[in-house]
Amino acid sequence: MKARFLIPLVIFLVLVVFLAIGLTRDPRDVPSVLINKEAPVISLPSLYDESQIVSSETMKGRVWLVNVWGTWCPECWREHDFLMYLKNEGVPIVGIDWRDDSDDAKKMLAQQGNPFIAVGIDPESKAVMDWGVYGAPETFLIDKKGFIRWKHTGGLNAELWRNELKPLMAQLEAE
Amino acid sequence: MIPELGHIALILALCMALVQSIIPLVGAHKGIASWVAVAKPAAQANLLFMVIAYGCLTYSFLVHDFSVSYVAHNSNTALPTLYLISGVWGAHEGSLLFWALTLSLWTGAVTVFSRSVPDVMVARVVGVMGLVTVGFLLFMLLTSNPFERLINVPAEGRELNPLLQDPGLAIHPPMLYMGYVGFSVAFAFAIAAMLGGRLDAAWARWSRPWTNVAWVFLTLGIALGSWWAYYELGWGGWWFWDPVENASFMPWIVGTALMHSLAVTEKRGAFKAWTVLLAIFAFSLSLLGTFLVRSGVLTSVHAFATDPSRGVFILIFLGTVIGGSLLLYSWRAAQIKSTVKFDIVSRETGLLLNNVILVVTACSVLLGTLYPLILDALGAGKISVGPPYFNSVFVPLTVPLAFLVGIGALMRWKQDDGQKLFKRLIPHFVISVALGLIAPAVFAPTYSLGAALGVGLATWIILTSTQWLLDRNTAGRGLLQTIRNTPRGGWGMLFGHAGIAIFIIGVSLTSIYSVEKDVRLEPGQDYELGGYVFHFQGVENFRGPNYVGAKGTINISKDGEHVVTVSPEKRNYSTGMPMTEAGIDAGLTRDLFVALGEPLGDDGAWAVRLYHKPFVRWIWLGCIFMSLGGLLAASDRRYFKLARKTRLAENESTVGAA
Amino acid sequence: MRRLLLSLLLCLPLLANATIEAYQFDDPVKEARYKKLIEELRCLVCQNQNLADSNAELAQDMRSLTYDMVKRGASEEEVVTYMVDRYGDFVMYRPPLRSSTYLLWAGPFIILVSAVVVLINIIRRKSREAVPEISADDIAKAEQLLNQNKDDQQTKDSDK
Repeated sequence: MKARFLIPLVIFLVLVVFLAIGLTRDPRDVPSVLINKEAPVISLPSLYDESQIVSSETMKGRVWLVNVWGTWCPECWREHDFLMYLKNEGVPIVGIDWRDDSDDAKKMLAQQGNPFIAVGIDPESKAVMDWGVYGAPETFLIDKKGFIRWKHTGGLNAELWRNELKPLMAQLEAE
Repeated sequence: MIPELGHIALILALCMALVQSIIPLVGAHKGIASWVAVAKPAAQANLLFMVIAYGCLTYSFLVHDFSVSYVAHNSNTALPTLYLISGVWGAHEGSLLFWALTLSLWTGAVTVFSRSVPDVMVARVVGVMGLVTVGFLLFMLLTSNPFERLINVPAEGRELNPLLQDPGLAIHPPMLYMGYVGFSVAFAFAIAAMLGGRLDAAWARWSRPWTNVAWVFLTLGIALGSWWAYYELGWGGWWFWDPVENASFMPWIVGTALMHSLAVTEKRGAFKAWTVLLAIFAFSLSLLGTFLVRSGVLTSVHAFATDPSRGVFILIFLGTVIGGSLLLYSWRAAQIKSTVKFDIVSRETGLLLNNVILVVTACSVLLGTLYPLILDALGAGKISVGPPYFNSVFVPLTVPLAFLVGIGALMRWKQDDGQKLFKRLIPHFVISVALGLIAPAVFAPTYSLGAALGVGLATWIILTSTQWLLDRNTAGRGLLQTIRNTPRGGWGMLFGHAGIAIFIIGVSLTSIYSVEKDVRLEPGQDYELGGYVFHFQGVENFRGPNYVGAKGTINISKDGEHVVTVSPEKRNYSTGMPMTEAGIDAGLTRDLFVALGEPLGDDGAWAVRLYHKPFVRWIWLGCIFMSLGGLLAASDRRYFKLARKTRLAENESTVGAA
Repeated sequence: MRRLLLSLLLCLPLLANATIEAYQFDDPVKEARYKKLIEELRCLVCQNQNLADSNAELAQDMRSLTYDMVKRGASEEEVVTYMVDRYGDFVMYRPPLRSSTYLLWAGPFIILVSAVVVLINIIRRKSREAVPEISADDIAKAEQLLNQNKDDQQTKDSDK
């Protein structure tokens, strides 16, 4: 058997290995490039009073979360109860209400509770694009110096909180 | 009851496929004639059961049996009958059933049309195809049963994806599948030849017409898909280098190489190992395409709803079929002794060069398609590989190929006189270059070297092909007689190559000279584009069978004369998915294309997209010519007249001796 | 119309009908730049579409941002850098040239060169083999082959 006739088989087997690894990956899960970079400045009109500005400046020196949501996003409704839980745990969350109807948003927060310390509205995806967000909900963790340290796409839940977010936040608080 | 019948038929088809593969293969190996004889009836029985199964699913669609999960998910009572029938292959499970049915159809065709092939060979071919059938039926029965019942029967089904509710797309998948699966015949012939240890010119002759027919289906399938995307998606584009498009394009490229390589193997007995490898590649890429579409490893606008267990199954299947055949190849190919000689200037070299370029092109498309996946698997980040990459790789590779088309056909087998060939080609070359350089200056609004290249290459192919025909006019016969004496195979080549010329014109002129404009138009307003005046009359609402729509009216005129009125539509199906039906005035030298966007404000103004696309039809016209060429070549009488062939062979040998 | 579901990872591919925006440009160069950019930037929420072909809302906003930037005089590179800084290389359909993509860009060239090398070897071997053997036997064989080529013609003739 001459070696050169084995070349196609070898190439194919390598390909199969990659395809097999590919099966375990989600091609839609794009990691954020902003991790460990300085968080973009948020400066959005407040949901409750559009003449007021919700700004990330006021959060300097704190460990806090940014949550991108909208009433049109079913996963955000599912996530909402857990955000309320986080609020009760004392986690400061700034909300970005993305491309939403402000009345709907206010109604939702009135009915389901408001987990946010401030909510900015982003009807034209300005902040959303700054933060490299492509779906909702997405949550970012920002440290005291204003750097993004962690990001999650999709709804938050107790497991994530227990395993990732809570220990990381404790560590950042200590920094 | 009927769905269960279909399910049982599917299981019986699997049993038959097992019989069809194991007994004939063992029989052929051990030389047991009665076992070999099982091949044909078993394959036909398998086909029968597949037809029954397929009929049952179609029936369930027609009677709106929403207790069948697949029917409930992909149809409803408001759906027109045509889309009930095409809905059968509209989603994963049903299209898989269709795939398997197609495979059985091809196998059935092999049992009927290969009387000239020795029984042992047929038995092996049918056996190999049976093995593939077993794989697909197992896949269907284990992971994607189309006959699965719902416990809570819904009163009404869901909407079939509105994109599929279009006559063009209704027949696009069957064509494509016929092509994909058709390559299994060439594959099976190659494997059978390797199993039998008879890798001679004979297998090439047997598989040539099959390869051609499969290639024709694939060509038409791809062309239909492209045409559909053009008029239905409302983007005015005709090719997007989407992974799934690539998945159909790669087998096409390799299939094209295979057709040419088979010619050398049949006529000259050369490139035997290479041709076998191409046959394996063509079918492997078809299977790989299936994997890519259904496993969810790549994101694509076409991807079916995916499920990891399906991906694992197809990958194992893929590994077994392709890995097994490549292993067999590595063993058998080493034993092939090629004694065929040819000179550097010869048609063999030309065809080899053709094969090299085509295969390199296919490899590049594969590389671009899989590269994001490979990088991700290595943890090296996410990237996107899209049209900018493919265009910049594809064009430089295919321009020399188009140039070669002209020379290749004129070269003689075995050995040609380079200088004589050169002298014959010079006038054609000069005319092509001149015409290419002049045409854009005379006819086009702006000068473009790309257009010059396109026109030049097309002229070159047409001229040299004509030369080929004239060269046949040697023995002092009249032109008419020459035309009559040219075999269908020759006409096939001429049409195929002419198709390429037409295609090149279409692609180059459309991509260079198309103009597009998104404008806001109020009723009564005009917009001028590409020399045409588009007069927007307004939009009216109407109600379709299962959608509500808005229809615009646009009068198009040129130099003050009315040309045509087009009515682009915008439809909202019950799923809430908006669809655009572009208003297109098709023409041989240009298409005028209008798509409706959204209403802007309350005064009846709409956002409208206008296109002027010169020569865009030539893209599909070229594909039609190519398909015609493939059909002509496949219908060459020598493939079918065994008796006469044998007699002739005897004559020839006596002539040779004398 | 109600807002289209943009639930994460379930976001529906909004295949059909790109939203048509009647953007106005004062400069055809900028218009061409804008068109090229929206052709080559990827819509992140879609299955596999560029910004130009998508009507997802994020894509609309990204187009509008691109339009604003281009209108203000941003170069192609500036817009691309802006997007890549936020969304990563994934947002570009034209993969950047860097160590991880060398093989992608050079690949076709490498394959072509190695294929041509193999091809030249084969042809040289084949033609060298032929040199010492122009025997009577060979000529007879060639003749037979020529006849074979004509056989379609003969078939045709024999039909008459």
